[in-house]
Amino acid sequence: MTGGAWLPVSVVLSSFLTGIFIFFLREDQLVLRSFLNLSGTVLKLGLCILLLWGVAQGFVFTFRLPLGAGLDLVLFADPLALQFVLLSAGLWLVTTVYAIAYMEGSPERSRFFGYFSLCVTATTGIALAGNLLTFVIFYEFLTLATYPLVVHTGTKEALRAGRTYLIYTIGGGMLLFIGAVWLHGLIGTVSFGPVPALAGTDLPRGVLIAIFWLMAGGLAVKAAMVPVHGWLPTAMVAPAPVSALLHAVAVVKAGVFGLFRLVYDVYGIDLARAPEMTGVLAVVAAVTIVYGSLRALRESDIKKRLAYSTVSQLSYIALGIAVGGPLATVGALAHLVHQGLMKITLFFCAGRLAETHGIHKVHELAGIGRRMPVTMTAFTIAALGMMGLPPVAGFISKWYLAMGGLQTGDDWVLLVLIASSVLNAAYFLPPLYVAWFSRPAAGAEPQARPMPGWVDWGLLVPPVITASLALAAGAVAALPISPLAWAEVIVALRYFPVTEPAP
Amino acid sequence: MVASTAWVAIAVAVPLLAALASLWQGRWTALIVAVLAIPGSLLANVGVVWTVFELGVHRHPVGGWGAPLGIDLHVDGLAAAFLALLALIAAVITVHMLVDPDMRALSPRRRSLFWSLWYLVWGALAAMFVSGDAFNIYVTLELATLAGVILVSFGHGTTALFASMRYLLLGTFGALSYVLGVALLYGDTGTLDLALMAERIGSGAAPVVAAGLVTVGLAVKAALVPLHVWLPPAHASAPAGVSAILSALVVKAGFYLMVRFWFGPFVQLDGATWTVLGILGAVGVVWGSLCAIRQERLKLLIAYSTVAQVGYLFLLFPLVAGGAHAAAWSGAHYLALSHAAAKAAAFLAAGNILTSQGDDRLSMIARAARHHHLSLLAFGLAGATLMGLPPSGGFLAKWLLVTAAVDTGQWWWAAVLIAGGILAAIYVYRVVRLAYVTSPAEPPGSTGPPRPPGLLPVPMVAILAALALALLSVVLGFASAMPLRLLEIGMPAVVPPEPEPGR
Repeated sequence: MTGGAWLPVSVVLSSFLTGIFIFFLREDQLVLRSFLNLSGTVLKLGLCILLLWGVAQGFVFTFRLPLGAGLDLVLFADPLALQFVLLSAGLWLVTTVYAIAYMEGSPERSRFFGYFSLCVTATTGIALAGNLLTFVIFYEFLTLATYPLVVHTGTKEALRAGRTYLIYTIGGGMLLFIGAVWLHGLIGTVSFGPVPALAGTDLPRGVLIAIFWLMAGGLAVKAAMVPVHGWLPTAMVAPAPVSALLHAVAVVKAGVFGLFRLVYDVYGIDLARAPEMTGVLAVVAAVTIVYGSLRALRESDIKKRLAYSTVSQLSYIALGIAVGGPLATVGALAHLVHQGLMKITLFFCAGRLAETHGIHKVHELAGIGRRMPVTMTAFTIAALGMMGLPPVAGFISKWYLAMGGLQTGDDWVLLVLIASSVLNAAYFLPPLYVAWFSRPAAGAEPQARPMPGWVDWGLLVPPVITASLALAAGAVAALPISPLAWAEVIVALRYFPVTEPAP
Repeated sequence: MVASTAWVAIAVAVPLLAALASLWQGRWTALIVAVLAIPGSLLANVGVVWTVFELGVHRHPVGGWGAPLGIDLHVDGLAAAFLALLALIAAVITVHMLVDPDMRALSPRRRSLFWSLWYLVWGALAAMFVSGDAFNIYVTLELATLAGVILVSFGHGTTALFASMRYLLLGTFGALSYVLGVALLYGDTGTLDLALMAERIGSGAAPVVAAGLVTVGLAVKAALVPLHVWLPPAHASAPAGVSAILSALVVKAGFYLMVRFWFGPFVQLDGATWTVLGILGAVGVVWGSLCAIRQERLKLLIAYSTVAQVGYLFLLFPLVAGGAHAAAWSGAHYLALSHAAAKAAAFLAAGNILTSQGDDRLSMIARAARHHHLSLLAFGLAGATLMGLPPSGGFLAKWLLVTAAVDTGQWWWAAVLIAGGILAAIYVYRVVRLAYVTSPAEPPGSTGPPRPPGLLPVPMVAILAALALALLSVVLGFASAMPLRLLEIGMPAVVPPEPEPGR
C-alpha cells in the first residue's frame, strides 16, 4: 500500500518553516517565539507518530523530487528511519522546552532558535533520506546549520571552537562527497533499504575498499571517532541545550546512523564484513571507546568529562555495526536510542547545575545532592546507565553488544566492554560520590542564583522525563514498544528477509 | 502561453527600448521604465523558455528578413537558460538600484545616463546570448563591455576611474584580438554565421590562428587567468548593482561564447587546447581563491572569488575532451547559472554594508556586524553555492562535475573541484564568522550593542533584494529538474578530438 508522499516531506518541513518564521521575530517576542517553537516540535512529533502508525499498518511512504540529470531527492520511512526520526523528534521536544528556559534573558534568541529548528530539519532529513544523494545533502546541511549554534555566544573561545568544528566537518563532508559521487558514477542511484545497493557487484575489490573508507572516514568525523574526534570536546563552549543536542541526537548520531546505512544498505554486511573494511572499523571503534574513557577520567570540568564520555559511548554503536552479526547490531541500534536518552539527561543536569549554582567542576558538586535531589537523581540514573548497571537502558546495550561479540567469534569485544565499564565507573562514580556524600568546605557552599520559577521548572522537567525514559527503556526492554524491540525488527529485515510470495 | 519564435525578439527588445526611454530626464523616469520593463522582460522570457520546450532549438528572423540579409536570433536550451536568468537577476538588481541611496544621490543627467547604460548592458547581453553570428556577437560584446566600463566609473573616487580605465584597455585588447580572429575566419569560410562556419571551416594555419585569437579575446572577457587582472579592481570599485551584473553575467558571457565557438566551428581543430583551457581554469580556481582569502576588503574578496568560480567553468573543456559529456555540460552551465545568482546576491549584500558604513574592510564590518546580520545572512546563503555545499545549486553542479571527472577517470579535475570548495569555505568563513563576533565592550546578557555612530540606514527593499537572489541560488538546488532539462535541449552531440599523442 502506498501512503501519502506528503507525510515524510511534512515531517522535514514542519521544523524548517518554523525556523524561517522565527528568524524574522523580534528579540522580545518571547511568547510568540516559544509558541511557534513548541507547536513546531509537537507537530513534528505528531507527524512522526502518524508515520509510525502508517508504516505499522503496512503503508509505504516515499517522496520523490526529481532534480534532473537522473538525480532524485528521496525521502522515505523504513523502520530504521523511523527509529532515528522518532528519537530526534522526541528529544527535540524536550530540548526545546529546556532551551526556552535556558536561553531566557540572553541575546539573539531568534537567531538561536531559528538555527535550532534548521538543525532538526537537517537531522530528520538525514533520518528519512531514501538514497545516498539525499543523505549527503542533509548531512552537509547539518554542518552549516550547526555552526551558528556552536559559536552562538560569540566569544573568542566559541569562535575558535566553531572554526575547529568547520575544519573537521567540512573536511569529513568532502571525503563523504567524493566517495558518494564515485559510487554513484559506478552503479547509478544508491537507494537505501534492506537489499544492499552493492549486492552481487562485480566491482574490483580495491575500488570497493577505497570507496568504503572515503565514506566511512567522512562519517567517522561526525561520529567523533579517534583520530577525528577533536572537534567534539572543543565544541563544549556552546550553550548547554546545544551540547545536549550535538551529543545525543543531531551531529554525532548522524555519523553513526550513516555508518549503519553504509555497512548494511550500501555494501551489505556480507560484502562489508572483511578485515580491510569493518575489521579495521571495529578496531578503531574499540580504540575510541578506551581512549575516550581515559581522557574523560582526566577532565575535572563536568561538561568536558561528559564530552569525552560521548566520544567513548558513540563508538559502542560503531563497534556493534562493525562487529556485525544480528545481536551486536541490535545492541548498536538500541544504544543509538539509549545513549541519546542518557546523555541528554546528563547534559540537561550539567546545564542546570551551571545555571542555578554556577557549578562547572566535579569538586564543586560537594553537597549538591541535598540541595537539588531531583536533578541529581536524574543525573545518577543516567550515569549508572552509562556504566551499564541494570535496569537502566545502558545495560541492555552492553549485554547485546557482548553477546554479539561472542556470537561472531570476536571475543575481544568482551574485554573492551569490561575495560570500558570499569573506566566508566571510574569517571562517573566520583562525581556521584561527591554530590551525594561529600560536605562542602565551610563558606564554599554553592549559592543558588535567583531566577523566575518557570525557568527553574523548564530546566528541571526535561531531565526528569528523559531519565525516566532511560529507565523505562531498560526496564521494559522486552515489550514490543521498546527501542530494543524496534532494533530487532530493523535487524531482522536485514538478516532474515521475508521473501514476498510471487503474485 | 503561446509558443512563438517572436518571444525572443521581445525579450531582447524590452531592455533596449528601456535604454532609450531612460534618456528622458524625468523625475519618475527610472521608476516608470522599471515598472514597465521588468514585467515585460520576465513575461517574454517565460515565453522563450516555453517555446524552447515546445519547439526545441529554433531561429527567429528579425523583421522577417532572415540570414544572410537580416539578423537571425538563434535560441537553444543554453541560450534560453542564460536569457531567463539574466532577466531574473537584472530585474532584482534594478529594484535594488532604484532604492540604492548612492544612485538617488546622482544628478538627474548622470542618473538618466546611468540607467540608459544599465539597460544597454542588459539588452546587449540578451542579444549576445541569442546571437548566432560572429559579427553580431562582436557588436553586442563590445556594447556590453563599453557600457560596463562607463558604469564602473560611476563608483566612488579615483580608484573607480583607474579601474574602469584598466577594464577599458584590456577589454579593447580582447575585442581587437577577437575581431582579428573573426576576420581570418571570414576569409577562410566566407561566412559569419557560426553554424555555416562550422561546416565550412578548413584545416591549415588560418583556422588555428583564428581560433587562438578568438580564444584569447574571449579569455580576456571571461577573466581567465592570466588575463583576469582587470576584473578585481573593476568589480570591487563599481556601484553595487553594477558589480553584481558584471560578476554574475558579463564575465559569463566570455565563457558562454567560448562554448559557442569551441563546440561549434573549432570543435575539430585542436585537442590540446581543450586541456590548456582546463589547466588555466584550474590555476584560476586556486589562484583566485588564494587571493580572495588574503583580501581585507569585502568587495575585493568577492571579486577574486569570481576569478576562482569562472575557473571552474573552464573545466568543461578537458572534461568533455576526456570523454565525459552530458554530466560535464549540465554541471558547468548549471554552475554558471547558480553562481550568477549567488554572486549577484553577494555583491548586493556587500553593497548594502558599504552603503551603511562607508567602508567594507572586514575589520570594520566586525564592529557593526550585528546591524548587518541580514546582509551577512544573504552572503552566507550565497556562500553555500560558492563552496558547493547544499542546499544550493552550486552543490548540484559540483556533484555533476565531479561525477563527470570520476566517471571518466579524470581524477585530477575532481581534485581541483574539491580543493576549490575547501578554499572557498575559507574565504566565505572569514566573512560569515563576523556575524557572530561579540564586541568586547558589550556586556553579556545585553540585547545587543547600541547602534555605532555614523551608520546609515539601508532601505529594507535593498536588503530583501540581496536575500531574494541568495534564496534563488538555494532554490536552484532543489528546483533543478526544469533548468537541467532546458540545458540539454540542443546540447551539441559532437565529441572533440583526442589530443594527439606527444603534444
